Amino acid sequence: MRTSCRLALLLVLAAASSGCSSVEPWVKPYERQYFADVVMSGERDPVAGSYLNHVFEAREGARGATGSHGGGCGCN
Amino acid sequence: MIPRRIATTFALAGLALLAHGPAQSAVLPDDRADVLYHRYDGGGVTIDGPSVLLRKKFAEKYSVSANYYMDMVSSASIDVMTTASPYTEERTQGSLALDVLQGKTQYSVSYTLSDESDYTANTATFDVSQDIFGDLTTVSFGFSQGWDEVRKRDDNAFNETVDRRSYRFGLQQIVTPRLMAGLNYEVITDEGFLNNPYRSVRYLDDSSARGFSFQPELYPQTRTSNSVSLNARYYLPYRASLHGEYRYFTDTWGIDANTVSLGYTHPWGKRWILEAGYRWYDQSAADFYSDLFPRADAQNFLARDKELSTFTSHMLSFGATYELPSLGWDRLRRSTINLFYDHIIYDYADFRDITKEGAPGSEPLYGFEADVFRLFVSGWF
Repeated sequence: MRTSCRLALLLVLAAASSGCSSVEPWVKPYERQYFADVVMSGERDPVAGSYLNHVFEAREGARGATGSHGGGCGCN
Repeated sequence: MIPRRIATTFALAGLALLAHGPAQSAVLPDDRADVLYHRYDGGGVTIDGPSVLLRKKFAEKYSVSANYYMDMVSSASIDVMTTASPYTEERTQGSLALDVLQGKTQYSVSYTLSDESDYTANTATFDVSQDIFGDLTTVSFGFSQGWDEVRKRDDNAFNETVDRRSYRFGLQQIVTPRLMAGLNYEVITDEGFLNNPYRSVRYLDDSSARGFSFQPELYPQTRTSNSVSLNARYYLPYRASLHGEYRYFTDTWGIDANTVSLGYTHPWGKRWILEAGYRWYDQSAADFYSDLFPRADAQNFLARDKELSTFTSHMLSFGATYELPSLGWDRLRRSTINLFYDHIIYDYADFRDITKEGAPGSEPLYGFEADVFRLFVSGWF
């Protein structure tokens, strides 16, 4: 049992390491022009976005994982 | 006192706009200035005020930012109307942040102070993000520490504290030339006086004319939450984008919540950008929440805060950005004027409107609608 576990772990590590070494960045820099377009910006208006996050957290039990420093305590 | 949830979340939200968000590539944000007027109107509560942000780069390596924010609150919410008197309150908040770019790594630190007559919140943050894998992937980690002081009007002896900590991880990935996706995970812990010193719960009381009475709410002294979100943004075959996000939340108070949001961004002509979106939110109640407890001191912890109840909300959003013609100022590269409007509908499943008639526990369920406006101008230098 212990041997099979070690073998499985070895196979997983081997697969992971070979995977890492063979995968190249598949979207080249010259193919990324769409991400520079303002319509693809998730934080175009930081003041306005931050305010709306607050509106949610002030009235909801959930908080966090907003992709920013916000997260709130949701104290009461 | 502005509800503590509002004060502390604003403090943290303020930090979000100052420092470069962790799910960003290692590029310093542009120099800019924003002046915003915000207004929330719903459920008997009106909150409005200004927010001003200034951000400036130095030596292409450092970026400093400062934010001043103010809330002017006029509250006649259902909580206030049933157990207290309408009130007005002001809260001011100031934040400072520094971003440092070193190669493909960005470090961010910030500090925020939020102050009102009966609540003071301090928050410090540290974040680091790193571009890897040919800049296709951005990994980020962050930590926040908050320390708050809770006071109570008309009771000088009342003085409590809250310790808040946040640990977060983010991953942003370019998937295809048109698709970007991200994952965020955050653990938040609170310890201290976590309930509102003014809020009450109600319980059945045959000796009362209405059949119920009130006693102060009592929350646990600790709370830990976990939340994870997945998001994606897609550039359509024409110049416009779709974005979506899902978040799952769970905490040690027994609240589970799901959030789904979808949005569409569409330029119109050379100067306009129009946006529309929809957001759905649903949560279960905290274990110690009840609209009507069977008796006084019915259990160790007691809550009747509608934010801890079972409810669903729907939000429709509309936004317009107009790029202003050149003002002829050499240092102003571009400027915009923006108006965003959101309409939110809250439907509570176990929070009753006790301003209406009915036997205890059979009053109509509560619900309300809110309008949120954000009007602001932005300038890039």
